[in-house]
Amino acid sequence: MAKRIDVSGLTAYYGTHKAIEDISMTVEPRSVTAFIGPSGCGKSTFLRTLNRMHEVTPGGRVEGKVLLDDEDLYGAGIDPVSVRREVGMVFQRPNPFPTMSIFDNVAAGLRLNGNYKKSELQDVVEKSLKGANLWNEVKDRLNKPGSGLSGGQQQRLCIARAIAVEPNVLLMDEPCSALDPISTLAIEDLIGELKERFTIVIVTHNMQQAARVSDRTAFFNLAAVGQPGKLIEIDDTERIFSNPSVQATEDYISGRFG
Amino acid sequence: MSTVIDKRPSTLRGARLPKWSPYAIAAGSAAVAIGVGTAADLASRVQWGLIAGLLFIISTYVIAARVEGRRQAKDRIATCLVWVAFLLAVVPLVSLIWVTVERGVKVLDVYFLTHSMGVVADTEVGGGIYAAIIGSLEQVGLATLIGAPIGVLTAIYLVEYGRGNLSRAITFFVDVMTGIPSIVAGLFILSLMLMWDMQPFGFAGSLALAILMMPVIVRSTEEMLKLVPNELREASLALGVPKWRTILKVVLPTSIGGITTGIMLAVARIAGETAPVLLLVFGNPFINNNPFEGAQASLPLYIYQQYANSAGSGAAYDRAWAASLTLIAFVMILNLVARGIARWKAPKTGR
Repeated sequence: MAKRIDVSGLTAYYGTHKAIEDISMTVEPRSVTAFIGPSGCGKSTFLRTLNRMHEVTPGGRVEGKVLLDDEDLYGAGIDPVSVRREVGMVFQRPNPFPTMSIFDNVAAGLRLNGNYKKSELQDVVEKSLKGANLWNEVKDRLNKPGSGLSGGQQQRLCIARAIAVEPNVLLMDEPCSALDPISTLAIEDLIGELKERFTIVIVTHNMQQAARVSDRTAFFNLAAVGQPGKLIEIDDTERIFSNPSVQATEDYISGRFG
Repeated sequence: MSTVIDKRPSTLRGARLPKWSPYAIAAGSAAVAIGVGTAADLASRVQWGLIAGLLFIISTYVIAARVEGRRQAKDRIATCLVWVAFLLAVVPLVSLIWVTVERGVKVLDVYFLTHSMGVVADTEVGGGIYAAIIGSLEQVGLATLIGAPIGVLTAIYLVEYGRGNLSRAITFFVDVMTGIPSIVAGLFILSLMLMWDMQPFGFAGSLALAILMMPVIVRSTEEMLKLVPNELREASLALGVPKWRTILKVVLPTSIGGITTGIMLAVARIAGETAPVLLLVFGNPFINNNPFEGAQASLPLYIYQQYANSAGSGAAYDRAWAASLTLIAFVMILNLVARGIARWKAPKTGR
């Protein structure tokens, strides 16, 4: 199911402000790619262009190409709704639907899309919750509201909700930044398991986390405040953290700036 | 080795007036006011009260400033003013309800609620408000059926879709509509009725009431929709859910409690409107169940007409008060229902 992403010459704007400029990279299927870089360098913006969530922001628009297994996400006649079914997303802050129970939250993607069989729903919810390592903790209270869970559990609930619709790619926007170390560990273990099935892209401010979970790491930077963010380099994680080819990357990961 | 007890005064603890001091000051100022009142032979008890109040505020400030310092004295003055504002707001409310209940219960019984005026003359005892209740329910119900969907849909457009000039124009006109006096809304519908040479009927009143309730619903629904966190919309969109389904299944359920409350408050507002009903529905002592043909009665209009046509008869006054009590109870029940729905539908937080 996992698909490859090929980005070429991608520039994204908020109104007239250019947020990221001319980014090209390849994200390999069944691997974890981490984006690191200082705040405001456009990591999250770039992530959101990968499932056309960028244009949800008023004034957001994109130039360039994003190929998902040779199909351009920004090509003519492409339905952003279908794109988002293929490319799922987990957000920085856990955001379960407050009106829905745990079960309904996981089933939300299928239910709201309208194409499901009632008999399948139970299995899909169980499978997704197991996939998100949450099943044992919530199996006795599936009908309780999702907002009653702890922060870490809520974030895993959101991951279960995202993988329930069987996307090809899973985008994670700083999924652990609001969580404690134990919950972070649970999510990192989960990412290791999920990469067997999905292509995973994760934005993180935590360089140790990038080193722990990712196979490849991309470093973003911006020349100055107000300038667009750029991709400095992307390489195997091991190489980025031991022997990066660009001086700025080494400065950033060794803590000399940022 | 002897223990040295450090008796230095704490810089954190200042002198405080005892707990009973406000009551003592109040009693003192009341006594002085009574003294001044009798000495100066002031007839009005209101003057006595004002003197007592002024004395209380001044002496509180002076005493507190001496004992506790100026900051504490100002704090006490502020507390006094808040209490005064509270009492000024509560006294009319309580006295209004008190008077309405006291005078309203005289003729308010099952007979009164289930019979109409019919051939009972306004100056005679008897009759009731059945026709008025039916009329009010139908007119307000129809107005809500028209006003609530348009209002909620307008608010959804403004919050979820509206960009640029059109939404700014709509917002502006909604603001203008909020300020339309009810009689003007009535005259607007009346002018349409005259163009087609129509006689008064209930639905014409509903149309005017719908015009009055729409801006209120748009405003309150808009605020409620804005309270829904953007993260929920994004979470739903990122699952590949189309925007309209996101609004229908995520945004509206999250805010349905507040939206219902807003609609109920708008209903409560139009239930008491008299002016457009006076122009368009005209009033009718007989029962007319059909809002689309013929004059109807309505509670606020009934109250007005009983007062206006009473010719000094106590029976008509009693009926007007009883009808007022019914109207207040009707609005109160609506509000309670709205609160119930809001609590029942509110996002759950329990574990």
